[in-house]
Amino acid sequence: MSTRRRFNPRQLPANAAGAIDDRFQVASPLRNVLNKVFPDHWSFLLGEIALFSFIVLLLTGTFLTLFFDPSMEEVTYNGSYTPLQGVEMSRAYASSLDISFDVRGGLIMRQMHHWAALLFMASLIVHMFRVFFTGAFRKPRELNWVIGITLFALGLFEGLFGYSLPDDGLSGTGMRVTFALIQSIPIIGSWLAISLAGGEFPGTLLIPRLYIAHVLLIPGLILALIAVHVGLVFKQKHTQWPGPGRTEHNVVGYRMFPNYVSKQISFFMIVFAVTALLGGLFQINPIWLFGPYNPAVVSAASQPDWYAMFLDGLVRIFPAWETRFLGYTISPLFWAGIVGMGLIITLAAIYPFLEARFTKDKAHHNLLERPRDNPNRTALGAMAITFYMVLLLSGVNDVIAERFNISLNAMTWAGRIGLLLLPPLAYYITHRICLGLQQHDREVLVHGVETGIIRRLPDGRFEEVHQPLGPVDEHGHGQLEYAGWAVPKKMNRLGALGAAVKGFFVPIEGPTPDGKGAPQAEQVEAGQKREEVTTGR
Amino acid sequence: MTVVPPDRPRGRFVRWLGVTARTRRRLGKAARLVAALALVGGIYTAFAPGIEAQETGDLSAAAQAGRELYENSCVTCHGENAQGVPDRGPSLIGVGAAAVEFQVTSGRMPMARQEAQAERKPPMFTDEEARQIAAYIQELGGGPVIPEGDLAAGGDLAEGGQLFRLNCAQCHQYAGSGGALSSGAYAPDLYEATQRQIYGAMLSGPQNMPVFSDSQLSPQDKADIIAYIQFMQNEQDPGGWGIGRLGPSTEALVIFLVGMVSLVFATLWIAGKS
Repeated sequence: MSTRRRFNPRQLPANAAGAIDDRFQVASPLRNVLNKVFPDHWSFLLGEIALFSFIVLLLTGTFLTLFFDPSMEEVTYNGSYTPLQGVEMSRAYASSLDISFDVRGGLIMRQMHHWAALLFMASLIVHMFRVFFTGAFRKPRELNWVIGITLFALGLFEGLFGYSLPDDGLSGTGMRVTFALIQSIPIIGSWLAISLAGGEFPGTLLIPRLYIAHVLLIPGLILALIAVHVGLVFKQKHTQWPGPGRTEHNVVGYRMFPNYVSKQISFFMIVFAVTALLGGLFQINPIWLFGPYNPAVVSAASQPDWYAMFLDGLVRIFPAWETRFLGYTISPLFWAGIVGMGLIITLAAIYPFLEARFTKDKAHHNLLERPRDNPNRTALGAMAITFYMVLLLSGVNDVIAERFNISLNAMTWAGRIGLLLLPPLAYYITHRICLGLQQHDREVLVHGVETGIIRRLPDGRFEEVHQPLGPVDEHGHGQLEYAGWAVPKKMNRLGALGAAVKGFFVPIEGPTPDGKGAPQAEQVEAGQKREEVTTGR
Repeated sequence: MTVVPPDRPRGRFVRWLGVTARTRRRLGKAARLVAALALVGGIYTAFAPGIEAQETGDLSAAAQAGRELYENSCVTCHGENAQGVPDRGPSLIGVGAAAVEFQVTSGRMPMARQEAQAERKPPMFTDEEARQIAAYIQELGGGPVIPEGDLAAGGDLAEGGQLFRLNCAQCHQYAGSGGALSSGAYAPDLYEATQRQIYGAMLSGPQNMPVFSDSQLSPQDKADIIAYIQFMQNEQDPGGWGIGRLGPSTEALVIFLVGMVSLVFATLWIAGKS
């Protein structure tokens, strides 16, 4: 009798990993990935919201495809929503109603899907602000910026096509507007529109075509671009804030495993939870109230979803200037909808190249800039946001007019005048704020931190005692150079006046017993050379 | 000379006055004349239009009461005889009880001030008083009247929904949440409107609203629409909080104020945990 080999459970993971590595030789590359260092800052997590909400979109979207039928066949509704029983509608609308009322869990899935779509676009924008205002788009990361803008444009169409699928009254109105926008393109407009819908609007081909674009083509493109986007972040390494031990040639932060991976997994769960809460608590896109699409039905307060609202706003406030050119009518819709959208997206996409050209900056940048340290860029960004916000608010000007008792005409004119006046004003104000903040940083470096202690001099004058941040010269002026990172401006940041509290909701470290507080330097892990990470076998 | 029998009851009074038969005949003539004149005049006043007719006319009791209310609260802008006052208020001749009842029970009339549009506010008169004023205006100039009874009776929800979206949603929005019109005017939200107010509004076309007479929307159509509006008034949103049923505008607010804000706090929290 042979003795049975003793089974050692502790040895199991090692054995399994060894067996896998024998066959696939993954240990070395995987070690590189798992040891990869990421800098840690809250603002670097904003892009992840987009990534995670996209995963939620894929999951909930797959559920919805099981029950949705993109067919324009006329049916009579017989589901459980009483006010539409017996109404003639397309099968697409009927199946959307069934998802909402007769499929178990269908309504929360639909609502989560829609909220996740809004969240995806919102986090794209917020992530873009972070990248813009910190200068993270500079060489060598221009391509990733362009990919980001492309993702926004793709997301806009993905969302538009998605909420058009249920063929309800509101989405049909949106499609009608989209159709008109395409028709407004001179010369090719009518041909393009008719070939897209396979005839006159709305026809029976539009919804099936939108469906395949929405569930296959555009998500595929978005997924591919996200892969390239994240891959480039790996390849080019993440940017980092300036700080102690941080240079253009290293990355200071935490290793991918276990720190970053555990943070990412928990953050995904939070994003999922927030989407689920939104889906369960806030009603979105109540298609049963819109009724089946009928070209004769156009409701008041018909708006696109928020990410397309700026286009609607541009169309709403653009003057009714109809021109003729070589026998073709060029409608104002063309200038506002097609040229306007094209200009805004193109300008955003080529901004990194424009900035490099105007500042003659050809250097590699791995360290970020604080917004105040580049007042021109920050002010331009504020200008663009103001421009966008005026358009966004003009896109809902009828709802604002109705809810706040303002004349709709006044709203339109406020939009027109505001679009021209407010952005330059925002530029000027932001520029001044940036200079003021810079000035204050320099002042603290030279004169020290205000202590709040007032001293009376022998000649009777009063002055506040300032605590220098470092050694001072013969005039009592600090000699520290500005390092591109936050200058401590309060005494407890220097360790005086009790401990500085770290952590967000709950301090994760108590006051030190000696009352001197924790050291202020960021927790720095051994700097890993950029070159080392890439060349390691 | 004939001797008048002393027991003739008719003569007794005359005799007591001490008048002769001749005088009696004259008096009789005069009385007949007065009676005839009174008859002719009465008929004339009864049938002829004119100020006297309104002053003394046979208003019903409700209209009489309504007239007193009118003369206290409405007369400044609509004039002594509801003929309207230039730059203040329109003539009410022919608007009918429907218009008055709609405007007064919803608190729109009396207006607080002249503005783009009278707005809904707590009514100044009770429903009964409003109906009295309505009766007065109705008896003055006629016009459409809101029928009695349950106005949504027999209303078909599905049909009402279709009619609502075709005829009402353009201004009042698909969920009846209201919408903006030009130059400060607006279509109000319908969540507080009663059956009679909705019916009265359709009949009379107040302010910027078009008239939907019975030839455009039959009483059955109106019942369908009222049934649908009342369904929306009472429906609980199946998807959670309806955020005003205003469409993508409030959804945009929620995704940024609730979604993005909570997730940005989450990033701060996670980044603080090391």
